[in-house]
Amino acid sequence: MDLNMVDAINLALAQEMQKDKSVILLGEDVGEDGGVFRVTDGLAKRFGNHRVLDTPIAESGIIGASIGMAIAGLKPIPEIQFEGFLAPAFDQLISHASRIRYRSQGHYHVPMVVRSPIGGGVKALEHHSDSPETYLVHTPGLKVVIPSSPYDAKGLLISAIRDPDPVIFFEPKRIYRAIKEDVPKKEYTIPIGKAKVVKKGSDITLITYGASVKTSLEAVGSMSDVDVEVIDLRTLSPLDTNTIVSSVQKTGKAIIVHEAPKTLGVGAEIVALLNEKALYSLEAPIERVTGFDTVVPLRKFEHFYTVNAQRIIDGIVRVMQSGV
Amino acid sequence: MKKTIQRFSVEYKRVLDEKGNIDQKLMPKISKEIIRFFYEKMVLSRRFDERAIKLQRQGRLGTYASVLGQEASQIGSALAMSRDDLAFPSYRESGVFIARGMPLHLLFSYWAGDERGMHTPKGVNVFPLSITVGVHPPHAVGAAMAFKYKKKKAATIVYFGDGATSKGDFHEAMNIAGTFKAPVVFLCQNNQYAISVPVKQQTAAETIAQKAIAYGFEGVQVDGNDVFGVYKATQDALNKARRGKGPTLIECFTYRRNDHTTSDDASKYRKPSEVTPWEEKDPLLRLQKYMKKNKIYSTDWDADVIKKADTLVNKAMVQAEAMPNKKPEEIIDHMFETLTPALKEQRTQLKEEAKRHGS
Ligand SMILES: Cc1ncc(C[n+]2csc(CCOP(=O)(O)OP(=O)(O)O)c2C)c(N)n1
Repeated sequence: MDLNMVDAINLALAQEMQKDKSVILLGEDVGEDGGVFRVTDGLAKRFGNHRVLDTPIAESGIIGASIGMAIAGLKPIPEIQFEGFLAPAFDQLISHASRIRYRSQGHYHVPMVVRSPIGGGVKALEHHSDSPETYLVHTPGLKVVIPSSPYDAKGLLISAIRDPDPVIFFEPKRIYRAIKEDVPKKEYTIPIGKAKVVKKGSDITLITYGASVKTSLEAVGSMSDVDVEVIDLRTLSPLDTNTIVSSVQKTGKAIIVHEAPKTLGVGAEIVALLNEKALYSLEAPIERVTGFDTVVPLRKFEHFYTVNAQRIIDGIVRVMQSGV
Repeated sequence: MKKTIQRFSVEYKRVLDEKGNIDQKLMPKISKEIIRFFYEKMVLSRRFDERAIKLQRQGRLGTYASVLGQEASQIGSALAMSRDDLAFPSYRESGVFIARGMPLHLLFSYWAGDERGMHTPKGVNVFPLSITVGVHPPHAVGAAMAFKYKKKKAATIVYFGDGATSKGDFHEAMNIAGTFKAPVVFLCQNNQYAISVPVKQQTAAETIAQKAIAYGFEGVQVDGNDVFGVYKATQDALNKARRGKGPTLIECFTYRRNDHTTSDDASKYRKPSEVTPWEEKDPLLRLQKYMKKNKIYSTDWDADVIKKADTLVNKAMVQAEAMPNKKPEEIIDHMFETLTPALKEQRTQLKEEAKRHGS
């Protein structure tokens, strides 16, 4: 079946709900409206309003109540309508969801999946184009997953739902409908914590995730003289150290691409990791092609901020030229 | 032992009814000129709104949230403010901006996706609008506390929707305001929807107004399509605030007649038959009926008002589109008074990149 990411996620949700009665959805406009991106379209009708809950506008309450549901035997999948509105729920995420297993020394755990769109490129209003993944990756006790394709979205989401711990599942909104590919109807999972080499190469390793995978592949595809290996992280926490390190040991060069602001972005962690585990394989300084340490501009000037193919190409060229 | 220790009631106020008749006892003292001015501002808001939606369809503006049907709530309350009062709007408040004298080209610029449009000129006492729902009430409370501390004879008003009353920040703001008797007015436009979610699913309470009672101050519901009623309620609340008598919650009961925003399709969750009755309750029509009865209206004058509004709106869009573009490196500005070393470096990077590739 050729599906886009919206439909692939919808399918994964429906299949898991069908299979497991303890899975329930909650969030703003997820019911009759089917979510503002239509990701939960038809699910309220199919599974009933007792399993797909249209909540009041109360992000902290949504996440807090999901924690309560999770410790009492349900598998809640709360949706936060846009990544900018995760912030109001931060206390519940970083001080509670992430710590309940530890706080109860294993007596309670929080099997919930927080779904939220992420990232820019859709010419949106303030708080609708952000990339806040670092805050969550930085929080011990949370897993953070971000698919880059419809196929991955389905397999990763099913794994997330079956995971016994809280998972933040980011959906890059720019590619919600931009990629269509074969997504099997049958159930399958993609393991959390495993990256994927999406393109093999020998000159340089490009490490990226989410919507930037597509942009990176476009950039790399237009370069005939450099053989780039592209890694899609798929999971930001826990990071797949092995895949990253062994690739860089092979190529000797690395570039990291993400939309989030540069300072303390996921790229910074990868640079540190390579410093620890692959320093002697490096033949050039590692490059970061990222967003800027500023607010994502509104619609008219957003393109100044965007990590586009040209910026990625320029970054790759810089690394190749600075190599020893 | 058992006894009742609290009972409460909530007042509903309407001055101008759907037929254009007023309740003499409640009618605020306003001259004919001011009534005409109310009407002019409501027309300007309506024409701006209609144009904004058209421009969005043409790709010249981004996502836009329509005011349609809420003009009385916005113009009535905004015109009750004194110059020094500060308004804290959410994204649906074009009418408030317009009533407070915001240059229209700036509003258009903002909705076209240029943040420079939110740089309100001096004297236009409106804070940048909040895109996040229900998180700005604490700001209005804090500003009100500062006014009080500085003995400034001014108050603040915060605008939000029914959905916003579900947010924790709203409740924290109400509670702080009550405790400190902050000179603030909480103005809720209950347009009965939060995107697709009807107000009945937003709260189990009968009214939004009654939420004030739990925080120790008055809440009142007014007919949100009655510009006189909203004006009066807001003026009373502001006067009370400035006299040091604390906050008020005003619930303007109204209806969102358009889609939530231009990105929404309301036909997915509500029937057109639900919307139609509200067209008859239109706040502009209602004021018109009153004006006709009281002989302060003529079709010629109305045509002129519309023409003038359209001229302003046209000029504003031309002016907005004539604004020079930002330079790429300018996306770094306004993060701090003095840019940090990292930002300086990124600014230079953007500049050089533009030189290399063009922007
Ligand atoms: C904290 C937060 N959560 C979610 C959203 C997405 N959102 C934008 S408007 C809206 C509905 C708001 O309804 P209401 O407060 O009644 O105001 P209205 O739009 O009807 O004027 C939602 C959920 C948001 N902007 N902010």
